[in-house]
Amino acid sequence: MTALIEVKNLTIQFRTDEGLVTAVDDVSFSIDKGQVMGLVGESGSGKSVTAKALMHLNAKNAVYGPKSQIILHTANGPVEVLKLKSARDLKIVRGGAISMIFQEPMASFAPAITIGDQMVEQLMLHSNMSKAQARDLSVEMLDRVGISDPARRFSQYAFELSGGMRQRAMIAMAISTKPKLLIADEPTTALDVTIQAQVIDLMKDLVREFHMGIIFITHDLGVIAQTADKVAVKYLGRIVEEGPVREVIRNPKHPYTQGLLAALPKLDDLDAPLTPVAGDIPSPLERPSGCVFHTRCPKIIGDVCKSKLPHDTQVDPTHRVACHLHTEVPA
Amino acid sequence: MSETLIKARDLSVGFKIGSGFFGKSILKAVDHVDIDIEKGSFFGLVGESGSGKTTLGRALLKAVPITGGSAHYTDGEVDYDLTTLAGPELKDYRKRAQLIFQDPYAALSPRMTVRDIIAEPLEVMGLTKTREETDARVRQIAAKCRLNLEHLRRFPHAFSGGQRQRISIARALVSGPKFVVADESVAALDVSIQADVLNLLKELQRDLKITFLFISHDLSVVAHTCDHLAVMYLGRLVESAPTREVFKAPRHPYTKALFSAIPSLDPDDRGRAQKLEGEIPSPTNQPSGCKFHTRCPFAIDICKKDEPKLEHPGDGHEVACHRWRELADTLAA
Ligand SMILES: Nc1ncnc2c1ncn2[C@@H]1O[C@H](COP(=O)(O)OP(=O)(O)OP(=O)(O)O)[C@@H](O)[C@H]1O
Ligand SMILES: Nc1ncnc2c1ncn2[C@@H]1O[C@H](COP(=O)(O)OP(=O)(O)OP(=O)(O)O)[C@@H](O)[C@H]1O
Ligand code: SF4
Ligand code: SF4
Ligand SMILES: [Mg+2]
Ligand SMILES: [Mg+2]
Repeated sequence: MTALIEVKNLTIQFRTDEGLVTAVDDVSFSIDKGQVMGLVGESGSGKSVTAKALMHLNAKNAVYGPKSQIILHTANGPVEVLKLKSARDLKIVRGGAISMIFQEPMASFAPAITIGDQMVEQLMLHSNMSKAQARDLSVEMLDRVGISDPARRFSQYAFELSGGMRQRAMIAMAISTKPKLLIADEPTTALDVTIQAQVIDLMKDLVREFHMGIIFITHDLGVIAQTADKVAVKYLGRIVEEGPVREVIRNPKHPYTQGLLAALPKLDDLDAPLTPVAGDIPSPLERPSGCVFHTRCPKIIGDVCKSKLPHDTQVDPTHRVACHLHTEVPA
Repeated sequence: MSETLIKARDLSVGFKIGSGFFGKSILKAVDHVDIDIEKGSFFGLVGESGSGKTTLGRALLKAVPITGGSAHYTDGEVDYDLTTLAGPELKDYRKRAQLIFQDPYAALSPRMTVRDIIAEPLEVMGLTKTREETDARVRQIAAKCRLNLEHLRRFPHAFSGGQRQRISIARALVSGPKFVVADESVAALDVSIQADVLNLLKELQRDLKITFLFISHDLSVVAHTCDHLAVMYLGRLVESAPTREVFKAPRHPYTKALFSAIPSLDPDDRGRAQKLEGEIPSPTNQPSGCKFHTRCPFAIDICKKDEPKLEHPGDGHEVACHRWRELADTLAA
């Protein structure tokens, strides 16, 4: 397996009126060609901010930690994404080798330009297609994501489409340039499950056909179970657990991962109450000391959790967890 | 005996679309829908993407024009004909019927404090006379939504998605609505926060006797929260029954297809979900007869010619399919 992208010690803070807010805290992972990584976790845990960093696309008030590194491996050698500056250099990670399905499809389409014109523009920017070729490919892509009557939808505006159609148009646009890495941020939340299944199949085809790597960000653990090879779980900016999807879902090691799985509404027991992880998420301005989960952890060991940051422990060669319950030498 | 809060018959909403090359046409987003929403219920609405769920919800809130049929709102205090409602009565209806936005990020203005965001509807509708009165109302509903005084002073960006969704809910509920449309209101939240928000909505249904129209693509969520479930396909209501009944024994082939496509949490089930084959029809050029016939595995000749009506078999489990009786065992299996 060859690494497609490597993220090392990524830390991102935002300057706000109320002070520096940490969104991503010392995150490391890598994705191979043709690999699908699921990214799940708490709302606000920095999943989208992590994803945008791969395209060097975060807001101007973002501050990157000095050790942060993102390395994209291309045919012409490694590229250090966070060192790219000019718009020309950035093209490779913005729609070239990397493309992204954004969480807010409405925000991704300009209101006064038709869906089709935007797709064509995007394609012509990143390939040497003629306008007619770009148009044909765009219509074909709309068709492949399950949009009926694609030639007609091509000339409609985003506000004229239902939520799910907008999301599919977004997907069609992102994959039409055949990127090496596709970042899909909640790509199927607005879709009914039959169309979701179709979109997931399409993504699997792309992995097979082009060896595309995918980062799949979603709250839907069923979708992760059906698509991802490995999965990383985030809480308050940190990856607390990462491993093969089967392991993490069947045998979760981190108390937060266990809490998430327990909170899922189960179809085989409709009388079971819905059980959220107890307690409130700490304010972003008051990050807990020690283990970031200690203010809510039902398995807290004691002072060590409050004072000492748990390091990653490999519970097996492919499965890591950051929790004192699993550190080899209890501190 | 239960009372009906919303009663719609043959309700239709059409949009004029297109220009130039394809010419103008009417898109039937909601097409002759009959719906009865019981007072105090948690009414679920699921269905195909683009089938008209949002439009139906917006029509019942009078946020898009109703182009055909009838719709009535009766809460014991007032009795409104939603097709003709206007003037002061419409203003009054706006207090009684509210929408919880889908996207907690986009919906909240970053420049207003949480207190001001929640207070705004009261001020816009002129429901309170003094600042003290406004503050009291805001504090009361905020507490119900588990937001404290400290929270009220802050700006929304300091909050997580779940807390923002609670702010949205408080804002929707501050005017004391009796009918609330929640359109994909938990879709953007992680499953723990989602469980928390759903428990809150159920509590509000119980304590404040609010009737919810809950639109969602997440069938496990719907199964756990909704008392009643309606399924839409291409502008039509194809099935409607108490939630348990629908999950136990779906009567419409489309409902069955939805259930078969729910992604399993077991990674070893990959590829086992049943796929719906066939062309997804266009809403501007709809199939004749049963609108699902282009994708229905059970379609026969009559399905292409005659459109099935929503049948009311007497057991409260309504369905629009020519073959539902003979298919009952197959679909329930
Ligand atoms: N430009 C910004 N300025 C200040 N804070 C920001 C900015 N962008 C993001 N944040 C904060 O960073 C944190 C992480 O946000 P992010 O959108 O990555 O979360 P997420 O994990 O994608 O959540 P969700 O599941 O709700 O989409 C949040 O607390 C958010 O408010
Ligand atoms: N303002 C509008 N102008 C033109 N067409 C519209 C407008 N709003 C909705 N439509 C069309 O009406 C149909 C129903 O849309 P609606 O948003 O109600 O679907 P939905 O069931 O909520 O779908 P989703 O699950 O994807 O949100 C779609 O074909 C859509 O394109
Ligand atoms: S380190 Fe301690 S507080 Fe953190 S998850 Fe593990 S047991 Fe819980
Ligand atoms: S009427 Fe015919 S096509 Fe329509 S759902 Fe029933 S069997 Fe299928
Ligand atoms: Mg996000
Ligand atoms: Mg909708």
